[in-house]
Parts: sequence; structure tokens; C-alpha cells
Amino acid sequence: MIDIANAFILLSNFVLIPAVTYGAQLALGALGITLIYAILRFANFAHGDTMAFGTMVAIFLTWGMQALGWSLGGLPVALLSLPFAILATVALVIGTDKLVYKYFREKRVDPVIFVMASVGVMFMMNGLVRIFIGTGDINFADGSRFLIRAREFRDMTGLDEGLALRTAQVITIVVAVAVMAGLFWFLQKTRTGKSMRAFSDNEDLALLSGIKPERVVMVTWIIAGALATIAGVLYGLDKGFRPFTYFQLLLPMFAAAILGGIGQPIGAVVGGFVIAFSEVGLTYAYRRVLDYLGPEAWEPDGLYQLLETEYKFAVSFLLLVIVLLVRPTGIFRGRIV
Amino acid sequence: MSLLAANNMRGGYGAADILQDCTISCDRGEVAVIVGPNGAGKSTAIKAIFGMMNLREGEVSFGGKTLNGMPPQARVEAGMGMVPQTNNVFPGMTVEENLEMGAFLRDDGGAGVIEKVYELFPAVYEKRNQHAGELSGGQRQQVAVGRAMMTEPSLLILDEPTAGVSPIVMDELFDRILEIAKTGVAILMVEQNARQALEIADTGYVLVQGQNRYTDTGAALLADQEVRATFLGGDQS
Amino acid sequence: MSAPTSTHAHAPAAWQNPWLLFGIMAALLLLTGFGQSWILALTILQLCMISAIMTLGVNVQWGYAGLFNAGTMGFVALGGMAAVLAAYPPVPEAWSAGGTGIALSALVIVGIVAGVVIARRQLTGLARLLATLAVLVLGYVLFGQVFGPATDAIEAVNPAQTGFLGGAGVRILLGWALGGVLAAGAAWIIGKIAIGLRSDYLAIATLGIAEIILAVIKNEDWLTRGVKNVTGLPRPVPYEVDLQTDPGFIDLAASWGVEPNFLASVTVKLAFIGLFAIVLVTLVYLAEKALHSPWGRMMRAIRDRPDAAAAMGKDVKRRHLQAFIIGSAICGIAGAMLVTVDGQFTPGSYQPLRFTFLVLVMVVVGGSGNNFGSVLGGFLIWFVWVQSETLGFAIADLASTVLAEESALRAHLNEAAVHLRPVLMGLILVLALRFAPRGLIPER
Repeated sequence: MIDIANAFILLSNFVLIPAVTYGAQLALGALGITLIYAILRFANFAHGDTMAFGTMVAIFLTWGMQALGWSLGGLPVALLSLPFAILATVALVIGTDKLVYKYFREKRVDPVIFVMASVGVMFMMNGLVRIFIGTGDINFADGSRFLIRAREFRDMTGLDEGLALRTAQVITIVVAVAVMAGLFWFLQKTRTGKSMRAFSDNEDLALLSGIKPERVVMVTWIIAGALATIAGVLYGLDKGFRPFTYFQLLLPMFAAAILGGIGQPIGAVVGGFVIAFSEVGLTYAYRRVLDYLGPEAWEPDGLYQLLETEYKFAVSFLLLVIVLLVRPTGIFRGRIV
Repeated sequence: MSLLAANNMRGGYGAADILQDCTISCDRGEVAVIVGPNGAGKSTAIKAIFGMMNLREGEVSFGGKTLNGMPPQARVEAGMGMVPQTNNVFPGMTVEENLEMGAFLRDDGGAGVIEKVYELFPAVYEKRNQHAGELSGGQRQQVAVGRAMMTEPSLLILDEPTAGVSPIVMDELFDRILEIAKTGVAILMVEQNARQALEIADTGYVLVQGQNRYTDTGAALLADQEVRATFLGGDQS
Repeated sequence: MSAPTSTHAHAPAAWQNPWLLFGIMAALLLLTGFGQSWILALTILQLCMISAIMTLGVNVQWGYAGLFNAGTMGFVALGGMAAVLAAYPPVPEAWSAGGTGIALSALVIVGIVAGVVIARRQLTGLARLLATLAVLVLGYVLFGQVFGPATDAIEAVNPAQTGFLGGAGVRILLGWALGGVLAAGAAWIIGKIAIGLRSDYLAIATLGIAEIILAVIKNEDWLTRGVKNVTGLPRPVPYEVDLQTDPGFIDLAASWGVEPNFLASVTVKLAFIGLFAIVLVTLVYLAEKALHSPWGRMMRAIRDRPDAAAAMGKDVKRRHLQAFIIGSAICGIAGAMLVTVDGQFTPGSYQPLRFTFLVLVMVVVGGSGNNFGSVLGGFLIWFVWVQSETLGFAIADLASTVLAEESALRAHLNEAAVHLRPVLMGLILVLALRFAPRGLIPER
């Protein structure tokens, strides 16, 4: 009985909670990507570096606030910078739309041209972020690091294994749930949200119904920019900030969106968690868990790790390949390929 | 003066003209039906009336005002409603949401109108929380017409509303269309099922090669030997 | 859906004369030689040629077939690995330690694939699912049993200097061909999965395959030494040291009035350039023949009107797969050439920015669909890429003279100069797509 509890704590600590946290971050990122795909109809390769930009602005503001001596009790003061970082990022993405994508929209070019242009935008954002904030690791989370420490937990429960709950993890989950709920309410219940869904569903009929395309586009960029900033800041608070990581997140985010059915917001959320659980679950070394759960005499000698940690990103890719082979429209039947 | 008067229309998509001197008119409560062989320009004519195609010659006036150059959305605001032949619903949205989108241009969100549409299409009311894409062909057409009715148009244009539906569903649809006409809405309809359409038509326009060939009441056209032989005799698939 | 417009094929403007443009390119290189250094100019030229070959490859995919490959980096890396596998001498101890294990592992993989294929062919429904799962699980366990110990044994053999199997010890030029083959193989696999789907999906899938290839190269030390790098690769041209110490060569240098070290460097670089030129000219010739052949015409017809082509019975997927494989093979050859001229295999140097996306800019700017345009694009953009770093430092220096000695901004500026390059390249790409989508030398 105790052993099962210990095993469960281990799993929670090293698989469940990290996977839920990472899943929430991926879901927020994938939501932005899927919305852009639904309305603007292209895969936005610049989304990762948009997240980097938003996080960068948040970091600068955080440093400013920390210099002024502000704090937010146990929570990181970076949360206060979020609204302003969102404003800056939204301004950036709307600016790039007006300067870059709008022309191609008017010319009705092939979607792949949009993707290429987004690669160019990605280059520029990437360079700008590195120019302004450098390439090193930055840890900008302050406040208390842990909500519950492993030792405290062990003292409280008397178990061998301790559950550690980090503030960043809880913040991620709470903020992500709130944002997702808000987004779904917006899309399902408000006039603008419905018009966006209509536009994504049947563009010609939407235009016929009097829905203004440029307004839908602007709202999409606003939401995508906000989601990117929030996802980026949450990820950065959790795992530290390094500009290069956000480009690497493109693959899992795209995989999540496609797995769930690209263009379907609920798909992005489900896909995000599937990818996260797969990545974390497949690269965890289950030895100690098996130690607890297996029979007394058996002492596992290998690591019982299905996949090496370096191949984390291979998991997203593998899932992507499986989806493309078996059911390209994804779980919730996204846009037809 | 008819509500809709489209006179001497000439135009096409590329260099060639599909419409060659086509005149259509329709008044409140009147059911006008356009029939003719494939390629006669039936769909082109209503697209021109709705503003989806530019005319080289001719004039379209609506409620006494000239419409030439006005884009489709503006014509919707002026009181026209259009039911396209295909892709005429939002498949991923519920029936009720489809109707809400139909009322998008309205300031009041269509609160009162939606009841009237449900009264007109009780089958649609039953399925109001289902996704439009899951409905059968006939039900989808009803949703499509309902969507167009949400702006309470004075002219309703339909492009082959019974294409690909079974005869029972076709009868049902025509019944509904007649109901709408009774409320004073002008109906302009392109139809492939010429015989059944002319049976409910107040005015029939037979177009051949972009020009008016025969124009008369529906009953008269049905009775006319020449019309029957040329257009209604063989199988209309 | 609204019809897409093709960005290809119209009459070029007067200034878009290939001779003029290549002339300008040559002038730029000469300027570098005179203004900075001849060694630098020749080094840049070497990489210009390799970039041109990569661009030719990507052009076959994008220009001929309209396929967006976001994973060029992976195919180039495979080419580099091929050079190592061909030219590095084998490490006998490693082979005896783990060779059989690796061979067994390979057999297990073959067995798994065969098992799955048989299961899928012979069984249906639940039986098929269970059989496939059983094969996969059993295979995985078996694989783990033989593979792990084998690789550990190999990596334990002299890890500081080898720690891997080594290569075949043949001429490195064969490695260039092997690079093409390996890249083609990988392209076949990913192409079978992703070609035929929407262009965005291919881009994402290729992005993924590149990451996988890189991850394998960096982690499977037993095969590639991973991030420990492989140095001292053999060369197809003489070594500077040998030339510098050769009495005949020293005399030659003296008679021309140049330093022997300088002449040695120049000679080696010219030798590489000569080799590369042979490959480049051959590839351009073949590419041009292909472009104007019935195959090439069909490819472009499919690209411009896929629905019409499909209706006419053309197997669009198969043609796209062909173009994808050929283009990737060319990139593989370029990857092997790059490792050859570097003399070492450095997995950490494969960055998506430097390979995948830079080559994309080269294709778009040069002229997608036109082979000479691709070569020009390769030359020009590589030149800009290298020189913009120099320029960036120069600007940073200039700006710093205005600032205080210890200013944090000054230090930051110097660091930041490097990162101006991606901003510049992104800007060039976007401007090219917007204002000159057909490129400098457009498709004819």
C-alpha cells in the first residue's frame, strides 16, 4: 500500500505534473498556431519566435519592476508585466501582418508563399530578440519557488518520496485553464467569436453574410499574439528563458495542432496534452517506480527508460508521422489537407 | 415598376460574354423562375443581379435605384438575399448559429426573426443544435434558405435549390418557397428541374445562349407545345 | 477557394541578363580579394560553390515541383556523415567489440519491418493489430538487448580519440556519392509519408525529419562520435604543410615573388575550387537537361496546374517524390563536400538558420525554377551572409567609438552585431517574395 503511494508520488512528481504543465504550455502555443491556420490559412513558422519576443518584453519589464523593488508576494512579478508584454507582441504581429502578409492576401497567393514569408519574419524576430536580450540563459522568476517542498511533503505524509510542487507549475496550469476557458467562451458565445468560426468554416459564405474579413484577421492576430506571449512567459518562468528553445518548440506545437485537427481549437488543447504526456512519459526512467511496484525480490537493474531524453523531440515527430499516415485530418477533423 | 428590374444584361467572366441581352424582372410576392439548357447563362444572370459578376452592358435596378457596381454585401444590406447552390451553410456550426450568422448584418441580432424562420422550417427547429454539416441534403437546403431569410430580404435569389435532392424533398422545398412568397417576398429562382419549377412559377424565363427565348407565366410555358418539346420533353437530369 | 497565382515564368527585364549578374558577382569577389584578402576571397568562393549546389538541390524541389522543404539541414548533415563513413579509416577494435552487435541490431530492425509488413498483408482486423503490436514490442525488447551493449562496447574503445566504428577508409570523393545516396534514402522515407499532403504539412514534416537526423547524429556516438566531432578527415587535395615544406614548391614561390605559405594556401583552395567546379558544372548541366526534358516540362505543368495534371492521369505524387529525392540527394552531396573542405565533421554546426533557411533565401532571391538563378542566388546570398558579419562588426566598432569605453551598450553592440545577419536575411527574403518573387534570373 505504502509502495503504491510512493510509486504514485514519484509518477506525479516526474511525469504527471510536468506533463500537465508542459501540456498546458504547448496547448496555448498550439492554439495560436491553429487559429492562424484556421483564419489566415497558413502554418506560421514565426510563432515560436513570437513567443520569444513576448517573453523578452516581459523579462525587460520584470527587470524594471525588480529594480524598482516591486514584488508580488510569493508569485513572480513577471505576471504583472504580462498585459504590457501582450500589448507589445500584439502590436508586433499586427505590424508584420500589415507589412508582410496583407499584400499576399490581397494577391491571393499560394499558401506556401505565406509559409515562406513567415520564415523570413521568423528570421527577423529571432535576430531581434537575440540582439536585444542576448543568447544566454535567463531566469526571471522571483517570489517563492516552491508551493510545497519535497521535504515538507515527506514530513507531512511520512512517505519516502516527496512531492514537490513548484509555483511556476501551478501558475501555468491556473493561467492556462483561465485563458483557454476565456478563449472558448469567446469563440462560442460572442458575436465576433462566432464570426471567426464562420469565416474559418466557409469564407465565401461569411463574406456574403457581411462579415468583414480584415476585422476577423485583426482579431485573430490579437488573440494569437496574446496566446504566444502568455505561453512564452509561462514556459520561461517554468523552464528558464533561452531564445533558441522557442524555435525548437515549433515542432511539438505543430504536431499538437495537427494531431488534434488543425484549425480546431479543442484539437490544439487535446493535442498539446497528448504530445506532452507522450514526451514526458516516454523519456522517464521508470526504474524506481518499478522498484516500488514490482515484487519484493526483483530489483530492476536497467533504467527502464523507453527513449533517451535527447530524443524528446523525436516523440512529437513520431506522433506527427503516425497522424499523417493514419488520419491526416487529426482527432477533431481539422481542415482537409 | 417592378421591385427588381434587370434589363438588357450583357457580360461574362473572361473575354467572352455569356449573357447576350438578358432581361429579368421580379416583383413583391412574385415567383420568377429561370430555366434553360446547360450553359444558357441562368446562374450567370443571377450572379450578375447579385453583383458577383460585372456587366458590360445593361442595368440592374432594385426598388427604383440602380445597383450597377455595388458589391454583393451592399446589395444584401439593400434587401437582397442569396442562397448559393453549393457551400451554402456553415457545416461546422450549429443550425442556430448558421441563422445567427445570417443575421450578422442586423443591428438587433435577429432576435425576433429567428422565430419566424423556425415557424417556416419546423424541421430546422428540431435540429437547431446540430451541426449543419451533419444534416441531410434537404434539411441543409432549408437551413441555407433560412440563413438568407434572416435579413428579412425583399428579394430572395436561389441558385438551383433542388439540385441533387429527392422529389419529396423538392416538393417540400417548393412549398416553403411559396410560403415565403406569400409574405410578400419577391422570389427569383434558377432551376434545373424545369417542369416542377414552372408549376409554381408566376413568371418563367427560358434562357438560351444568354438571351431570353420565352417569357410568360409558368402555366403558359408548361402548356406551350414548343417549350415542352424543346425543354421539358426529354429527361431533365 | 481562390485560385493561387504562380510566381513563376514571365519575360525577364533587361538588367536580368545572367552574364551581367554573374559579372557583378565576380566583381564583388575580386573586390574582396583586393580590399580584404585573397585567402578570404577564395574561402568565400569555395563556400559559394557549395551553397550553389545546395541551392540547385532545393531548386529542384521548390522551383521545379513547388515543394517546400524545411529540413534541408538534415540532408546536408547526412551528406557530411557519409563523408566520414566513407573516408575515415575503420577502427578495428571497435568493430571486434561491437560489430556483431550492431549487425544483429540491424537484422532485428529488418525483422521488425518484415514482421509488420507480413502482419499487415496476411492478417486483418484485430489479429493484424495484435500481431503488429507483438512484433513491435518483441522487436523493441530484442533490439534493446543487442544494441545497448554493442554501442557501449564501441564507445568504450578509446573514447578520447575514436569511440566509434570509424568508416570504410575509401577515397573521400566516394563519400560525396554516398552522401547523395543517404540523403536520397532519407528523402524517400519522409517523402512517402508527407508528399501528397498540403504544402504546409510537408514543411512541418521535413522540419521534423531534420531534427531527428540531427538528434541521431549528435547522440549515436558509436556511429559519428556525436558532439565530440570527427577531425582529421583525409583530403582529395594536397595539405598546405606538405606544400610549404616541399623544396620545389618553395622555389616556385620564390620565383613568383610570393610567400610560400601564402602560395600553399592559395594552391590548396584553388584545388578545392577546381574540384567543386567540376561537380557544380556537371550538376548544372544535368539539371538544365532535366529542366528542358519532357520530365521537366511535366513537373512544371504539375506545379502550375496540379488539378489539371491529375485529371490528365499524371501521377502527381510520384513526380513530386522524384523531385524531392533528387533535390535532397544533391543537398547530400553538398554536405559531403562541405565536410571535406572543412576536414572535420561538426554536428553542432548544423543550424536550421544557416542551412535550411539561408538556402531558401538563395533560391527565392536567385530565381526559383532557373538553375543559373539558383547558382547566382547561392553565390550572392552566401557572400552577403559572410560579409554582413564583417560589416556588422565594422558598424558596431564605428558606433562604439561614439560611446564610452566601458559602456555596457558598447559591449552589447559587439555581441549583437552577429545577430544582425538573421534580421538582414529575413528582410531580404520578405522583400524578395514581395517585390521580386521570380528572383534575379527568373524562370524562362
